This record gives sequence, C-alpha cells and structure tokens, in this order.
Amino acid sequence: MARITLDHLAHAYGPHPKEPQDYALKEIDHVWRQGGAYALLGPSGCGKSTLLNIISGLVVPTRGRILFDDRDVTTLPTEARNIAQVFQFPVVYDTMTVRENLAFPLRNRRVPAPAVRARVEEIAGLLDLRGVLDRKASNLTADMKQTISLGRGLVRPDVAAILFDEPLTVIDPHLKWQLRSMLKELHRKLDLTMIYVTHDQTEALTFADTVVVMHDGAVVQTGTPDELFERPAHTFVGHFIGSPGMNLLPARVEGRTAYVEGHAIPLARGYPDLPEGRRIELGVRPEYVHLAPRGLGLPVRLRRIDDIGRQRLARVELGGRPLVATVAEGQSLDGDEAALTLDPRQIHIYADGALVPGLAAGGGAP
Amino acid sequence: MTKTVNQKAWLLVLPVFLVVAFSAVLPLMTVVNYSMQDTFGNNQFFWNGIGWFQELLDPASQFGERFFDALWRNLLFSAVILAIEVPLGIAVALAMPREGRAVAFCLVVMALPLLIPWNVVGTIWQVFARGDIGLLGYLINRLGIDYNYAGSALAAWSTIVVMDVWHWTSLVALLCYAGLKSIPDAYYQAARIDGAGALAVFRTIQLPKMRRVLLIAVLLRFMDSFMIYTEPFVLTGGGPGNATTFLSIDLVKLALGQFDLGRAAAMSLVYNLIILATCWVFYTVMTNVDAGSRAAPAQSDPADAAGSSLPPAATVALDRRAA
Amino acid sequence: MRGRNVVMTLYLLFLMLPIYWLVNMSLKTNQEITTGLTLWPRDITFANYVRIFTDPSWYGGYLNSLTYVGINTVLSIGLALPAAYAFSRYRFIGDKHLFFWLLSNRMAPPAVFALPFFNLYSAVGLFDTPWSVALAHCLFNVPLAVWILEGFMSGVPREIDETAAIDGYGFPRFFVRIFMPLIASGIGVAAFFCFMFSWVELLLARTLTSVNAKPIAATMTRTVSAAGMDWGLLAAAGVLTIVPGALVIWFVRNYIAKGFALGRV
Repeated sequence: MARITLDHLAHAYGPHPKEPQDYALKEIDHVWRQGGAYALLGPSGCGKSTLLNIISGLVVPTRGRILFDDRDVTTLPTEARNIAQVFQFPVVYDTMTVRENLAFPLRNRRVPAPAVRARVEEIAGLLDLRGVLDRKASNLTADMKQTISLGRGLVRPDVAAILFDEPLTVIDPHLKWQLRSMLKELHRKLDLTMIYVTHDQTEALTFADTVVVMHDGAVVQTGTPDELFERPAHTFVGHFIGSPGMNLLPARVEGRTAYVEGHAIPLARGYPDLPEGRRIELGVRPEYVHLAPRGLGLPVRLRRIDDIGRQRLARVELGGRPLVATVAEGQSLDGDEAALTLDPRQIHIYADGALVPGLAAGGGAP
Repeated sequence: MTKTVNQKAWLLVLPVFLVVAFSAVLPLMTVVNYSMQDTFGNNQFFWNGIGWFQELLDPASQFGERFFDALWRNLLFSAVILAIEVPLGIAVALAMPREGRAVAFCLVVMALPLLIPWNVVGTIWQVFARGDIGLLGYLINRLGIDYNYAGSALAAWSTIVVMDVWHWTSLVALLCYAGLKSIPDAYYQAARIDGAGALAVFRTIQLPKMRRVLLIAVLLRFMDSFMIYTEPFVLTGGGPGNATTFLSIDLVKLALGQFDLGRAAAMSLVYNLIILATCWVFYTVMTNVDAGSRAAPAQSDPADAAGSSLPPAATVALDRRAA
Repeated sequence: MRGRNVVMTLYLLFLMLPIYWLVNMSLKTNQEITTGLTLWPRDITFANYVRIFTDPSWYGGYLNSLTYVGINTVLSIGLALPAAYAFSRYRFIGDKHLFFWLLSNRMAPPAVFALPFFNLYSAVGLFDTPWSVALAHCLFNVPLAVWILEGFMSGVPREIDETAAIDGYGFPRFFVRIFMPLIASGIGVAAFFCFMFSWVELLLARTLTSVNAKPIAATMTRTVSAAGMDWGLLAAAGVLTIVPGALVIWFVRNYIAKGFALGRV
C-alpha cells in the first residue's frame, strides 16, 4: 500500500524529443494518496496507457521520477514494484484451476503452502469464487476470468496499488455494473490504492473518488466527479464529460455581462481583465439551461425535442448557434419559437479552452 | 462460428474428390489387386489370397523378418529424430529475435533447408561428411575419430540423423514460433507482475499456447520420417548392409528393384494402414484440442456480439469495396 | 538475452555450414577439390556453372522441373479453393470423413504409389510428360492446399459472405472479387507449400519420367562418369536447385511463420 508520487514525469517514444508534440505524455506532477480510488479518463491516444505503463514499470519515463511512498521506483522492473494489474482482455493461465491461478503469484514468491492455501481461500471468499475454485480457468466466462485476474493481484498482501486497464471491455453490459460495484466494495474493504484507466466516463465517474482527465498527452483536470461536472477546468472536460456535453458558445465578455450573437447574458462573476486576443467561450451545461415559453428569456428557435427517458432535451438555436437545453416536466411547447433561461452561477468563461476563474460578486476583492 | 448444413457444398468439393480419388484410390486398387496374386512373369497372374500377408506378418519367414527389421529400424529412427528435433525446435523458436530485420533474416535462413530438393539434401551431406573432400568428415577424422558413413553402421546412422535434424528442425521451430507469436503481450506482463520466472512462463503460458502447433509438428515430423526415402538413399543407399534400410527404401527395392510385385503390394498396404491409423489418432487428438480451445472463447462471445462491432477483417472488406 | 542469441547464432551456423561447403565446392576445379581441403576456392572458376547453362540436357532439367512444379501449383490451388471454402463454411454429409481422408493422403508414402503410378500414367499415355508428375504430386499437394486454405478461410468472418449476398453479389463474383483478396496471404502461403513439396520431391518425379521430362534432381546423377565423380559440376547443379527455393522464400518471408502453422494459430 503506498502513496504514488509522479515527479515531473514526461515520456516520449522517439529518441530525441524537442517539441511538445514529440511527447506522448507531457510533464505531469502529481501525488496520489494511499487508499484512493483514481480513474484515468480520456479518449484513446490521450496518453493514459503510457502513464499506466510507467506506473506498472513496463515503460521507463524519459524524464522525471516516480515514487511509491518515498522509494524511487522509476527504473525498477515490474516484478519489483508490488503492483497488480488487470488487463483489457482477461489473462488467466489456461492449464491451471482457479485455485492454482490464485496461488500462482504466492508460489512464485515462495510463500509456504499452508499460508498460500489460507490466503487463496480468503480472497476466493471475498471475490465470490469459492464455488469454482477447482474448475479449470479456461472454461469460465469472461467476467469470471477478469475476477480471477483481479484475485491474482489481491492475493498478495503487500500489493502497493492495483491498476485496471479498461478491464470491462469484453464484459457483457449487464455484468459490467455488477463487476464495478464489486470493485467499489473491495476498495472500501481493503484500503488499497486503485487506478482505473478507461475511456468510458460512466465507469470513471462511478468508480473513482478522484478522476484524472487526460487529453493530448496532458492532464487537463484532476478532481472529484462533482468538480468535473460543476467546474470543468477545460472546454475538453466540459464536452467530454456529461451526456450531452457542455454547451460552448463564442462570446464577448464585458464586466459581468457576456454577449453571444448580440444577446446579453448576465454572469454571476466578473471578468475585468480577460486577456486580449484570445478565443473567449461561454460554457454552460444543458442541465442548467431551461427551456421557457417565448418571451421569457433569450429568444431561440426550437429545432427538435429528444426524449431520453428520464428527461427531455431540446435542441435549439441561438442566433444560428446550436445549443441543448432541459425541458421541464409537463412543459408544453407550441410552435418553434421559445426562450432560454440560464443559471448565472453555472456559467463559465473559457479563454483558449482554459477556465477563467472570474471574481466573485462585488467584483473587487481578489 | 456455426456452420450451416448445405449438401450442395459437395459440388465445391467434387473436383478435389475426383482428382485425389484418381490419384489415390485407383492406384491403391492396383496394389490390392497385386497383393492377392502371384506371377511367374509374362503377365500371367494367379490367385494367391492372403498368402503374401501371412508371409509378411510372420516374423519367422525371410520376408517377414526383413519387413519387421525395417519397421523397427524406421520406428527407432522416427523416435530419435522426434526426441531431438522437437526440443531443439522449441529452443530455437524461443531464441528467435523479437523484432526488426533480424527476424526476417532468421526466418529466411531457417526456411532454406526446407526448400532444397531431397536428393540434393542427400548430396550436400554426402559431400559434407566425406572424409576426403568434406569439411565435417575431415574435421572428425582429424579429431582422431574413425568416421566413415559408408563403412560403419553407427556413422551412417549418426550422419542420417544429423542430416534430418539439419533438414527439418526448422519446420518445428517455425511452427512453434508461429504459436509463440500468437500470445498477446498482456500474458507476459501479467506473468512478470505475478513474479513468474522464465521457466514458469514457459510452462504456464508458452507451452500451453504451443500445444496445437506442436501437435501438427509432431504429426508432420513423424509421418515424414516414417516414409523417409530420398535423403538416406542418396547418402548411404540403405547401407552399410541393411543398417539404414528404412521401410520406403525396402519397399522401392522390392517393387522397382526386384519387381516382386505381390510382396511389395502386400507390404505397401500394411505400410499404408499403419500410417492411416497413426494419422487418425493424431487427427482425433487434434480436433479434440481444437474443440477445447474453441469452446472457451465461445463462452465469452456474447460480450463481443453485444458490442455489435464488426471484427477488423470485416471493416477491411467494407473499406475495400468503398474504395 | 545473451543465451538466446548464442542458441540462434549456433543454429544458423549449423544450417549455413553445409550450404557454404556446397557453394565453395561449386566454384572450385575438380583438381582442387580432390587434392586437399581448402576453405575457399584458391583458383575461382565458373566453368561448372557455364557448363550447366550451355548444355541443354542440364538446363533442360531445370525447365522440366519448373514446368511440372508450376502446373502442379496452379492445379492444386485452383482445385483446393472451392473445396476449402466448402469445408470452412458448410456442413454436409461425410464432411469430416472426407477431410480426414484427404489429409491422410498428404501422409501417404510416395514409395507405395511409385509403381502403381507408373502403371497408371503409362496406361493413359502421360508417362514422361510434365503432366504425369504434376498430377501425381496433386496426391499430397491438393490435400495440403485444402488444409491450409481452410485454416485461413475460417479466420474470415461469415458476415462478409452475408453482406456480399445482401449487396447482390453472385457466388462466383463474390468469391473472386471479395473473398479471394481477403485470403490473398493464405493463397500465397498455400502456393508456397505446393511449390515447395513439388520441388523437393524426387521419388515420384523420377519414376514417372525417363528422357523428355526428366527433372533436374534426377539429371544430377549423371555426374558419375568413367573419369570418376565430377564433384564441381555436382555442387554447381546443387547450388542451382537451391536458388528457386531461396527466391520464393524471400517473397513470402513475412508470411512464413503463419504459413508453417498452416493458418491455424
């Protein structure tokens, strides 16, 4: 069990990186506390697998150090790091029984037989594998196999962290939920550091306490699921997380008013010194944009209503810019003229993609 | 993948069936015909029933003794070369470089002996192992060991075994290499994380994944060594004495050399039956292994099916047509 | 790592040494060969090669061999393609037995078939033509091609067939335009193996020919003359039989590994 420190870590696969785009992983500096449940979230090619491989020891970073507690493990091989990993495709040793699979990491480390037996029983109980302990591992379903490979990690008492590399890719949709809650449960019981790599926001947001969102080789935001939702630090986070993602509109900001296509939108915070010559965008989540009858807000043209079960979403146009808004329950609509009301506290201003904090009400004190 | 029942598929198989039947069944009928008859020459044949077979399978008769000698000799030879080539082939496959130009180079050099006509293989070793003009024979003699493959049975045997190892180990190695290549990296990474040493990796990952190709390798090597003819014939002509007269050499001597058609035909049939039986055993084991390894992924299939994503090959095909 | 390289290097050396010796000898005069061991030709000569390329009875052997190998390869692949498709896609009465029977012919000893083939092809008037050898080699090459192609075809998802049918492709057009390009590497591998086994086989090739279609491998026995063995010439002829194989390997080097596993890894 350990705290994981990423100390000015960066990696390039090419031999002589110069430009920032030569780096598959741009510099990252971070501390992951012991016992945390982390998710690395991002689209494919964003560098999350590179980061995972650096942590597991398959890749030695070009620059920087990685520490488990205070031990520098940057150049240590995988087997010397006390980590466990669950891969995208279930890895089980086909010729062995489930019991032998679970005992394998302990036997390799010359743990005495009685201790192995006890520990395997214990972990099998934890993972609900008691019933299949003596079956051949090769004939089990994919989710069972994934549980076994997780078990092979848990069986070692000294494990510093468990890494999950998109572990639910080949699992049946209806079993995904089940496996995910089992992971959550284990995390609560065992006080282990878990790092979960995925491109699926639902998996990340339901599993992790802290989600690290990566884009284009860099970490764009680290935060709790709530923070990612309420205050996306980057437009990428805004539209990548949430379904549908954040509405982003080019805007001009003057003091506490934003102008979008000539329409004034009041803001809760002031932005007195926005940098000149940058691309300014206004971001607001569909959840905080409500459709109102004509004349009671920003005038928009209604394009379509999507009923997605729990709620209805309106596709509208504000001066030609597409936008998604929430339709209140029971609200009736007539014609294609409507209006929008926005919650000023939930409106964020971005300069070149990055969140501009703004000044709280009063506008004076920093 | 479940196959659909379609009897019209026979139409697609028919050409192959006819050609192979013409090449296999027709000649075999001639053989069966000969095996039941005797001749005094001049194309006059008379019925001999199962006489030749009785003689062949009776170790006390001269003909039977000769047949069983050749049979045991051949089985011993097959056992020896399997015992050498299979472990050596696995070792070579494990020693293959992982990537880069070295892989192509190794593959090409390894495949080279496989594409040399068999009598040239015999010739190469005939020359290479000669004491006077061959490098190998010369060096062995210089070491003070009396070595002459035309004179001593032991030398003849060793030369043929080494020649066969030279000729065919690459086949086993290439098969195993193909099996090893199909193991995903995640298995090796998982094994490292589980603290498995090289031996444990070999036993728990590499060997099980090589099982199918190893079966093919053993089958091919057993069959081909069991009917070896050209290479030892060129090298030693079956001698010295009968020391290296394997079944095929014996059969050709009998059929084309002495034109003893009845005996040769009876021997052919028994020879063929042994091969057929061995082949059947292997085939059964192989289809069982196949069924075993195909059943496992079948159970995890619903996940893929639910994902409803076309496999890569399918997308390739669609791209092709779009282009 | 070091150990692996040592094993590989030793093995490659072991493979190369006899071939090196053959090439070495082919460049020497007979006098140099018989008067003492030299590791490279003192007095390099191409006379042996010149003789092979100028004497029709020598180079004719190569042409004969390549002719029947070529016929056999085309024939085997052409016949095996539809059959392999049937085996990979459909179940029909007797399919398993038929497949086994075909395979068992791949394993049949040529020695058993030498004499009956001789009778058979003499009777139909094909004796001493490339066709007799090409047809005889079909005995083991057609089953082999079926086996390899079936392996590759099973790797192609059935959805392709169905999509093509929905798009209105008839079977022959689908097979040639869509399916065959998909298994191009499989066809290459199968052709390689047909070439290989037809090229290396001698017992049948020699039995079924006498003068006009005599394969090069059989021609090589002529080097024994009244004046003793013509070692240099024999070695040169041997080297030349290695060349076509080496060329073919070079072209398929990226598929060799999968090919030797017969497409079923």
